[in-house]
This record gives sequence, structure tokens and C-alpha cells, in this order.
Amino acid sequence: MNTKRKKRLLAIVLLVAGVSIAAYLALQSFNENLMYFYSPSDIKAGKAPTNHLFRVGGLVEKNSLIRQEDSLMLEFRVTDQAETIGVQYTGILPDLFREGQGIIARGKLNKNGLFVAEEVLAKHDENYMPPEVADSLKMHNKAQ
Amino acid sequence: MTANIGQISLIFALLMAFYQAIIPMFCSFKAQYTGMASARYLASGQFAFLCIAFACLTYAFLTNDFSIKYVASTSNRSLPLIYKISGVWGAHEGSLLLWALILSLWTVAVCLFSRGLPPVYIARVISVMGFISVGFLIFLLLLSNPFETLPFIPEDGRSLNPLLQDPGLAIHPPMLYMGYVGFSVAFAFAIAALIAGKVDRLWVSWVRPWTNAAWSFLTVGIALGSWWAYYELGWGGWWFWDPVENASLLPWLIGIALMHSLVVTEKRDAFKAWTVLLAIFSFSLSLLGTFLVRSGVLTSVHAFATDPARGLYILVFLLIVVGSSLLLYAWRSPSLKSTAGFNLLSRETGLLLNNVFLLTITACVLLGTLYPLILDALNAGKISVGPPYFNAVIVPLALVMFLIMSVGLALRWKNDSFSRLFSSLKLLILLALISGLVLPALWLTPFNLYSSIGLSLASLIALVAITTAYKYKTKPLASVWGGSIAHIGMAITIAGISITGVYSSEKDIKLDYGESYVMNDYSFKFIGVSQQQRANYRADIGLLEVSKDGHLITLMKPEKRLYDSKSESMTEAAIDAGFFRDLFVALGEPLSTNSWSLRIYHKPFIRWIWLGALLMALGAALAVTGKRYSNRVAHEQ
Repeated sequence: MNTKRKKRLLAIVLLVAGVSIAAYLALQSFNENLMYFYSPSDIKAGKAPTNHLFRVGGLVEKNSLIRQEDSLMLEFRVTDQAETIGVQYTGILPDLFREGQGIIARGKLNKNGLFVAEEVLAKHDENYMPPEVADSLKMHNKAQ
Repeated sequence: MTANIGQISLIFALLMAFYQAIIPMFCSFKAQYTGMASARYLASGQFAFLCIAFACLTYAFLTNDFSIKYVASTSNRSLPLIYKISGVWGAHEGSLLLWALILSLWTVAVCLFSRGLPPVYIARVISVMGFISVGFLIFLLLLSNPFETLPFIPEDGRSLNPLLQDPGLAIHPPMLYMGYVGFSVAFAFAIAALIAGKVDRLWVSWVRPWTNAAWSFLTVGIALGSWWAYYELGWGGWWFWDPVENASLLPWLIGIALMHSLVVTEKRDAFKAWTVLLAIFSFSLSLLGTFLVRSGVLTSVHAFATDPARGLYILVFLLIVVGSSLLLYAWRSPSLKSTAGFNLLSRETGLLLNNVFLLTITACVLLGTLYPLILDALNAGKISVGPPYFNAVIVPLALVMFLIMSVGLALRWKNDSFSRLFSSLKLLILLALISGLVLPALWLTPFNLYSSIGLSLASLIALVAITTAYKYKTKPLASVWGGSIAHIGMAITIAGISITGVYSSEKDIKLDYGESYVMNDYSFKFIGVSQQQRANYRADIGLLEVSKDGHLITLMKPEKRLYDSKSESMTEAAIDAGFFRDLFVALGEPLSTNSWSLRIYHKPFIRWIWLGALLMALGAALAVTGKRYSNRVAHEQ
């Protein structure tokens, strides 16, 4: 084989090896780390997984926020205007967290049907509604 | 009045851009030199009109001209002067005007610094940039007009998003855009090379400085964004794998691949078609970034636009640019034959691997960024891909790439041997292992394998970079040290990530007035919270005494701001910055009359991440100033 051929072959072997390693790594951790979005109605209908991280979104129900006295643990309820689900979170809520506004939480369902959140997101604009939340609200308003 | 002048200037700029796209290109095929020479005048004319338009918008901000819708929605009377100026590009319409202005600025720069180039070539380059400009100016005028007026004049404007009222963020978009748009120069040169059907060393010497300059700006832009997210969003992280961050990372990664591929093409006359393809990719990804950020498909602090027509326009424009340039590539690239061969162990192979890994990483980031969007567009479910995916995929790939990077710089061109390589590197490898394994064991506990690997690789990269630059000390300073400084910068960033990623401490906690919390030998005593009224917001200001070994080190004053114009609050973290560690305190919420929730972080070596990025940018900038460019042009003629 002349050098030119060798060079080409090398390039191809390297490319194939690199891409397949990456593809393997990527697809494996892709499956582990994909998070689906469910509305409170989906969860009540039993669509959400029980031992896998996912995201839930909706409006924070008015007067539903309860804090614990001696720790940063708190609970509030999230609604899509059809169903509601309780969310438990330990930590500091984002600046734009308000009752009546849209949020997205990431976490898992516990045995009692309570959503234990690792992270609560409220976006950076008071007029802003996460599109997932807007869509699911729209859907449930139509259904009613 | 201001609005009218701005509007008319924009229309004239579009006219100029239109002629700039058509005339020089047409004349370049007819060998009509007057027509080709018009490129420079048209580009300058376009630049002048865009400057007028930009000045009009700035003037409207400074004079509180709320008859202009854009001004009314992003500024108000009480906004401090600097944010009135940065407000010009603080939202969608203005930021696109800045995009167009910067594109025009790069075009004029090409005109100025490329006087020695063949007229046919320069005419085509400027014409391609004119075409891009036409696309953006039509978009500005039809779908995102910054000079749109309101039927009534409001008493006061709304306001700039408080998050954006920050000096770091005032210069983040211009820097980022200088980088994004700067890749259009390399792109235009690539198109010109495809039309000419020829890539040679001369061509590379024209493209390299522009690519380096663009990448340098992009690096500064990304670093500023990361730094801002760290202190302003109150999260204390430096990278979140947010789709918008990824959008800027993609052209950055391809930019690195391009810079290295250009070296091979210049030094060894190889990788020609590949280099041209990378030049096309880098600008395509810049456009994709603009599309992702500005179209509203992504939801984040950056996504201003929610008008679907805008997203559609940018998508179609993106498809036209990428599609036509790839077609041209498919047609013309077979004529770009690389002649030089090289052996298995050689610097060429090192740089080839560099490109393979960079492209693989880019593809992984692209997959994680676009997959959720595609799935959503197909109505196949709403998913998100979190940081764990990116970390799991990118970290191992990056570690292997860093290993190649460290050894690669020590490799010889064309042919090298393992024994030579090993004998020249063994001392450096030993030193790197000492600084990666032994030194951290003394003061970083507990031992962490990833951190040690990262530190060893960072040390090796820096050591090889320094010795390489020293070896070529007789050569021109800028070209040798440029690359070495960039590599040293990368090493510093890697070291920072390796330490801060593993050894950071974070705690959300409830503290009563007078209560203390101890973290990593630092004692944080929460004194209390007071209130204060400032220019355009009211602030709750916390006070903490931080002491170590019984000595008071500093007072920290984290703030919670409530802006007058909006009913939203903003966390302003207090940071005690240091070369070796940052202390970070943010106020959460009041839990009772004398207790608050607080967020306390200890972040060792976090500054190194941005310091390294600045060095990378400096290195790339130094390489631009190398005499290579002008000398070569003069020499060849």
C-alpha cells in the first residue's frame, strides 16, 4: 500500500472508531438522561414513570405554599386547571417563583404520589410562561 | 424623525448590500475590473448607512424617544446611562441590527486589510458577505424592525430586563457577535476558493488571521456569558449545557478544528477540501446559533422573539446558505486535491485526531441540543436532555482529546518516531504526573481520579506548550507564542474545571440573625438584613462576617433587588473572589422576621476557567498580529 492509501485508510479507521465510540456513549447516556414532560393530568392518569426522573409543569396553585419551620423543606401544589399534584422541594426557590405563575420542576414521584423535586425552574420574565406549561393548559382548557 | 432617518438608512444599507452581492460577483466572471472595484465602495457605503441607523437607535435610547416601540419596550427614564446604551442591543430587534452592523464592519475590515489580494478574489469574498447581509437586512426591515413606531407615545418605557442590567452583559453580545459574524469571512473565502477551484498556501495565509480573530472574540464572548451566569443568575455554576450556551459552543468547537486544519493546509498542503468544509460548517453553526437563540424555539433568557414568522425566515435563510454552499462544495471540492503524504506518527495525524475528536464532540452537543427540538416539532413528546448526558459523553471524549493535544504539539511534521517522542517528553510527563497526582494529594482531599487525570493532562499541555515555544524562540514571536499561549490557556481552564468540578462545596441553609455556618474552614456569620432605596430598585441587603481561624477575612453583602418598573425580584450574589477560591453567598427568601434562607458556596480555582479562556483569546489574537499575512501577500506578488 502506498502512503496515500495508508493515510486514507487511517483517516477512515479513526473516523469510524471515533464516531462509533461517541455514538455508543451518546446513545447510552441519552437513554439514561432523557426527561419527559408530564402535566398533572398525565400523572393522575398514571402515564408518568415511578422511578425515573421527569419534569412536571403547571401553575402554582394559590395559597398552596407551605414551609417547614426548621428546615428549607417546602410543599406546594401545581395545577393544569384540571388536576393538581403536590410538589415537595428542599432549598431556595427561584426569584420568579410566585403562586399563580407557571413553573417547571424536575424530580421523581414518591410512593405517596408526591412529586419530590430536585430543581424548580421559573423563567426570567414575569410575562413568560414555559411553552410546555402553556401547551398543556391550552389542551386542558379545550377538553373542558 | 429619528425613526424615519434610521428606517431610511436601513433601506439604503439594504440597497447597497444588494448591489454588493450582485455586481462584484457578476463582474468577477467577466473580468470587468471597475465593477469588481465597486465592491469596496458599496461595502463602505453599506457600513456608513448602518452606522447612521445604529446611531439613530442609540440617540433614541439616550433621548427617551418612546415613540419608537423598541425603545419603549426596553428602556425607561430611570435606567442608568450605560444600560440605555447597552439596551440598544438588549433585545431582539436591536441585537439583530448590531449583528448586521458587525457583519458590515468585518466586510470593511476585509476591504482595508486585503489590498494586496487579487481583485477577482476579493470581489467574490465581499460579494458573498453582501449576500449574507441582504438576508439579515431584509429580515430586519420586514420582521424585526427596530424603528417601528407606536401610534401613541407612552409616558415611560417598560424596562430592560433587570438581569441584563449588568456591565458584563453589556459587552457580552457584541463580543459574541464579533465571533459569530467573524466566521463569515472564512466562509466567504471558502466560497471564493470553491468558485476558483483552488486552495493553496496563499489562500490559507489570507484566511488564518480572520479565523483566529473571529475565534478570539467568540472565546471572550462565551467566557463573559459564563462569568455572568455565575454571578448574576445566582446559581454559582459556570456552564449549564443550556441550549443557548450550546449554540455558542458549536461554532467555537468547529472554529478550533478549522484553525488547526488550516495549519496543516498551510504547512503541508494537505486537508484542503476538509478545511474548506470546516469553514462552511463554522459559519453555518454560527447561523444555526443565531436561529436557535433568536427564533424563539428555545426558551431561555435569550429568546426574545416569539413570532413564528421570524423563526421560519431564519430557518429558510439558514437552509439557503448551508444548502447552496454544500452543493457548491459537492460540485467543486474534487478539484481540491491534497498532495502531501504523511506517516502514522506525525503531527498531521495528531491534528487529524484533533479534528476527529472536535467534530465528534460537536456532533454530541448538537444531538443533545437539537433532538428535543426535533421531537417537539414532530409532536412526539416533550423531552429535555440534562447536563448528565453532556457530562457523560463530553468528559471522556475531551480527556482523550487533551492527551492527544498535549503530545501533539511535540510531534514532528510528516514523520516521527515513538522513541524520539518519548525521550523528549519523559521529563515533562514525570513533572506532569507529579503536579497532577502528588501535589493535589497534599492539599486536595479526598483523592479524586478524574480531578487528578485532568490536572496531569493540564500540566502536560502547559509544559509541552512552553517548551515548544522556547524551542522555536528564533522565529517571529507572535506566531510561535500565539499557539503556545492558547494551549497554556486551555491547560489553565482544564485545571480550573478539574478542581472546581470536584472540590466545590454548596449549601442551601436557613440562618437566624447572629447564627453561623462553617464551610471548608470558613465561618459565615449572618448579621442581618437591611433595606435601601437605590436609583431604579429597592434592595434587601444581607450582611455576613466571614472569618477563618478566628480572623475576620471579609464582609459579604448579598442583595435581593426589587425593580420599580417590574414586580420581579432579582438575586445579586456577594462574591469574595480570589485566585485560589471564590466564596459565594446569595440571599434566598425571608423565612421569618429574623431568619432567611441563604445559599453558600465555596468554589476553589473557579477563576482559572475564565482566566484560561482569556489567555486562549489572547493567544489567538497574537497569532493574528503575526507578520505572516502582509509579508506573504507582498512576497507573492
